[in-house]
This record gives sequence, C-alpha cells and structure tokens, in this order.
Amino acid sequence: MMIELKEINKDYHLGLETVHALRGVDLNIDNNEYVAIMGPSGSGKSTLMNLLGCLDTPSSGLYMLNGSDVSDMDDNALAEIRNREIGFVFQNFNLLPRASALHNVELPLIYNGTPSSKRRDLAEEALTKVGLKDRMHHRPNELSGGQRQRVAVARALVNNPSIILADEPTGNLDTRTGDEIMDLFETLHDNGNTIILVTHEEYIAEHSDRIIRLRDGRVERDEAV
Amino acid sequence: MRMTGTEFGEGVRIAFQALKANRLRSILTTLGILIGVVVVTVIISVIQGLNTYVSGELSALGTDNVYVSQYPWMITSWEEWLKVRNRPKIESRHFEFIKEYTTLAQAVAPEVATRRTVKYRDEDLNNVIIYGTTEDYMVLSDAMPEYGRFFNEAEIHQRRNVCVIGWEVADALYKNKDPIGERIKISGQSFFILGVMEKRGQLFDFSMDNNVMMPYTVFQKVFGKHRSLEIQAKAVSPDAVEDLKSELEELMRRARGLRVSEDNNFNINQQSQLLDTYKSVTQVLWIVLIGIGSIALLVGGIGIMNIMLVSVTERTREIGIRKALGAKRQVILWQFLVESMFISSIGVILGMLISIGFAMIIKQASPIPVDISAWVAFLGIGFTVSIGIFFGLYPASKAAKLDPIEALRYE
Ligand SMILES: Nc1ncnc2c1ncn2[C@@H]1O[C@H](COP(=O)(O)OP(=O)(O)O)[C@@H](O)[C@H]1O
Ligand SMILES: [Mg+2]
Repeated sequence: MMIELKEINKDYHLGLETVHALRGVDLNIDNNEYVAIMGPSGSGKSTLMNLLGCLDTPSSGLYMLNGSDVSDMDDNALAEIRNREIGFVFQNFNLLPRASALHNVELPLIYNGTPSSKRRDLAEEALTKVGLKDRMHHRPNELSGGQRQRVAVARALVNNPSIILADEPTGNLDTRTGDEIMDLFETLHDNGNTIILVTHEEYIAEHSDRIIRLRDGRVERDEAV
Repeated sequence: MRMTGTEFGEGVRIAFQALKANRLRSILTTLGILIGVVVVTVIISVIQGLNTYVSGELSALGTDNVYVSQYPWMITSWEEWLKVRNRPKIESRHFEFIKEYTTLAQAVAPEVATRRTVKYRDEDLNNVIIYGTTEDYMVLSDAMPEYGRFFNEAEIHQRRNVCVIGWEVADALYKNKDPIGERIKISGQSFFILGVMEKRGQLFDFSMDNNVMMPYTVFQKVFGKHRSLEIQAKAVSPDAVEDLKSELEELMRRARGLRVSEDNNFNINQQSQLLDTYKSVTQVLWIVLIGIGSIALLVGGIGIMNIMLVSVTERTREIGIRKALGAKRQVILWQFLVESMFISSIGVILGMLISIGFAMIIKQASPIPVDISAWVAFLGIGFTVSIGIFFGLYPASKAAKLDPIEALRYE
C-alpha cells in the first residue's frame, strides 16, 4: 500500500476555539490509483491534501507513506520526503515569476542535488512530455494559463515522485484548457503515476477511478467511479 | 549544516537575481554600508597615522634623554600651575654639580635659549633661536657639525665669543660662501663661526636648523643670567634611564640642599611623558570618533536588515514554493544570507577602495602618514561577514522558519 492513513485527526486552534478540520480519517491509496477528493467548502479537502503532501503533520493518527511513518517527522525530513515522493500541482500554478519554465521545472532537482547537466536533460524531458519543449525559455508571464499549469505539471513529474497531488488544478482555467490538463493527467495515469486531485466539479472527478467524498472532516463516501 | 553544491549555487543565483531585480534599493543599501566603512577605516587610519607621526617626531627628542627642568613639560591644570610657578630657576651651578657627580649619564649639557635677530653684513635673519650649551649637545641631540667643529671645553671656560650655526642660518646668511671663520652679529656682539651643523629637519612645524649654538657661559655673559637652564642628560644605556632619573633627582635635591620633608622644586622630564600625555589626551577623542564611525556602520547594518525583511516579505510565496518542492530550512537561510552578505561585501569593498583613496589624499596633503594597514583591511573583511550575517540572520531565519502552507497562501 502506498498511502495508509489511520485515525487521522487535524485540529486548528484559533484562540480558545478548536476547529476539527479532520476527524478520524482512515484511508488507503494504492500505487497507480487515480483518486478524486470532493466535498463542500470547509469539509477538509485542503487540510487532507496538505497532510498527504507532507506540508503538515496530523494532530493525531498514523500516516504511512511508502512504508515509512511520516506523521512525526521534523521540518527537514518532511522537506526531503516532499522532494522525493510528492509532485504538487496547485490551483494558482505557483511558479517562480522571474525564472524560465526550464528553471521552474529544475527546482525540485536542485533541492536533491542533481548535477546541472543531468538536471537540464530531465527538465527538458518533462517539458517535452507536457508539450512545452518549444516554450522552455519563456517566463510564466509569457505563457497562457494552460501552459503555466503544464509547466507546473512538468515540475511535479520531473523528480519521478510516488504521488502527484493536485489541488483544484483546473480551478483557474477555462473549460477547454482544463480538459487539456485533465487529458494530461490521464496520460500520466496511463504511464503508471499515482494521482490524487481535489475538485468540486463532478465532471472533473469523473476522470478519476475513485471518488472520496468528505463532509465535516470525515470520509462520507468512498467509491469507485 | 548539510547542503549540496547545487543548493549552494541556487542560493547564490537567487541572491543575485533578487539584487538585480531591485537595483536601486540594493545600491542605496550598499551605500549605507559603504559610508559606514569609509568613516570607520578613515578614522582608524588617521588615528594610527597621527600616532605614528607624533611618536616619530617625539623620538627626535631622544628616547633615552632625561631633562631636569624648572617646570613640568605638560601643565594640565591651573592648580598645577599655581603650585609650580614660584619655583626657583635652574642655574649653572646646578648643572656643574650634576656634571661632576653623575655616574649614569654619558652626556650632560645645559640648555638655555632665546630668540634673536642675527646679522651678517647687510643680511638679517629674524627669530633665530640662540642656544647656550656645551659640547655634549652633540651627543644629546645626536647631531654633528657638517663643516668645521663644535666649541670645546676651553672655549666654554674662557667665555670666548664663538658659535656653531644651524644649517638654515648658514644657507640664509652666507649663501655660497663658506661661513667658517666668518663672523655673525647677535645683540650687538660679534661671534666667530667654528662650524655649521648638519641638517636636522623639523620637529612638527618647528625647524631644528634655524639656530645658533654658543657656550652657555657666553650666553649668560651676553643675555644675562635671569633665564632658567634646562639640564639634559643621556643615560649610559637604555636600561639605565630609570636609574638615571633617580640619580638626577637625588643630585638636584643635594645641589639645592632640599630637606627630606621638602618636595622637589624641579621636574624630571622625559620624551615618553609627552607621548603618554599625548596618548591620554587623545584617547578619549579616539573613542568618541570610533564610536561615531561605528554608529555609521550600525546604521548601514540596520539598512541591510530592513531591506532583507522587506525582501523576505515580498518573497513569502516564493519561499513557500521552494519549501513545498523540498528546500530545507538551511537552504532558504543560506539564500537570504548570501543576499545580505553580498550587499555588505560590495559596500565594504567599495568602502575600502574609497578609504584608500582618502588615505592617499590625506598623506599627500599633510605630514601624517595615513595608510590602510593590513589589519584594518582584515577588520573590513570581518565587518563584511559579521554585518552581513548579523543583520541578515534575523530576516533569513524568519524566512527559513516560514510555514510552507501559509507562505503558499500569502498574496
Ligand atoms: N490554518 C488554519 N487555521 C485555522 N483553521 C483552519 C486552517 N486551515 C483550515 N482551517 C479550517 O479547517 C476546516 C477545513 O478547511 P479546508 O481543509 O481548507 O477545507 P476545504 O479545502 O475543503 O475548503 C475549515 O473549517 C477551515 O476554516
Ligand atoms: Mg480548499
């Protein structure tokens, strides 16, 4: 099993008030699954994504990622896990504005010490996969929204991570470009990648093989498409 | 701290990119450091140069010469002056007594002086210092006649109107002529010139060549006995200076017949006292100046800190992205430290160059040997690293500790 969540709770403390963002979430996700996480606003989707992406740790519960317990790791250890295991695709792209597409894609490789010539080859290869070979020296503001998101996908792919996590990846795109990105995920999935994406659009979720529905921090339904 | 070369390189790259993107801001911050560095290094170097200059000049007074004088060389308060002003003058008999009994002095000479106009034929020279002394003057002032000879004991004893003239006097009055054997007129009396002293240069602004030396006996005959002498003595060896001082004190007390209960009514002076006085008087000034310089540098440092804090805030989202992609704390820390160290090192390097320029100008325009010495340069390098680190560390660690989720959410 690639991802195992057991009895995961996540609380936020706002002064005296405690917000239970996740309450006892149990979840298993296997290699090469394509999972969509859905739910109303405030149901805990982003919180769950942040935990899965090792950007945060649970208040209690166990998170096993590829056989290692990441629930209690410190900042630096989590950074290493993120670098090795996770590829992020964000709703608002989150590219470095002053860096070229190529450099943006190289970033994860920089943080694991890949030597520069190999870095360049890998980044070019990833950009080729998303169909942006001829745009690699462009900066984000010289690219369309769809192209930017493709750069982000290339960046998520480049380090060959276990999981690609996408939080509303089509949220800032028009329907047609959104579909293009979804096609890209489809291809990645066919090539053996594990994909977890958050969306609130049923037709986007339809692309996946399994939909997990959250409500008030709990898994309400978990079913194959 | 574990970091790969690649991560290190990325830190440098980012820092440069950030500096390029905010050119004016970086230049202004650099300017702050530059001014601080110039102020500090120029002040330190001028102080050093001045100290070297003063102690160099003062050593012309003879480092192991001891002076028995009517008054202390440095009177630093009105009370002190009131205490010493009624002291009896030092007379020839005191000198003769000391000369007779001293065992630790290799040379002893009296010195008494006045300023006069000297004449040769139609030529006048004003404000020439006339010294009354003995042949030991040569040892004590470490100067020999360039031409001719100094007067001797017999001439002193017989009060012969003879003299040795300083180099400037010879040059001014006798031009191309050989002054030896010629006469010079001082206060209506005529003196036979035995020799011309070698050129001695200046003590601060004061020429040591614009003078005439004559036997002290002759001096008193011509100008009267009302002036106090100063007795100069040179120790047999540098180690004997302290003992010589005690001996002179003892001999002078005996010559004056002072009782045990009575205080000295004279002073034993030494060149090193001048130096000590100079040092103690100037020390406070130096501390104040260095303080001012350090404040300038501090202000520059605060400028760096401010700019780095702005930079961290502006790049919060970038930091979030980098952290999400696997940048560890120390990598982010390094990225911002490089930036602040780069700003400060540019400031320090330019500041050093400008300081060297200033030093050269001061050196040209004044007698003070101002040099940016190696340790000042090292200090500069130290400043770079420490200012860059000190003022960059807080903003950088703030950046390093940012929570990636919040940083990514930052607008
Ligand atoms: N950093 C935070 N501090 C406090 N409360 C938070 C924080 N992040 C999320 N929450 C709360 O946790 C709950 C789940 O939020 P979130 O996971 O963002 O939901 P979703 O992404 O499904 O809209 C919400 O009630 C939200 O207000
Ligand atoms: Mg959300």
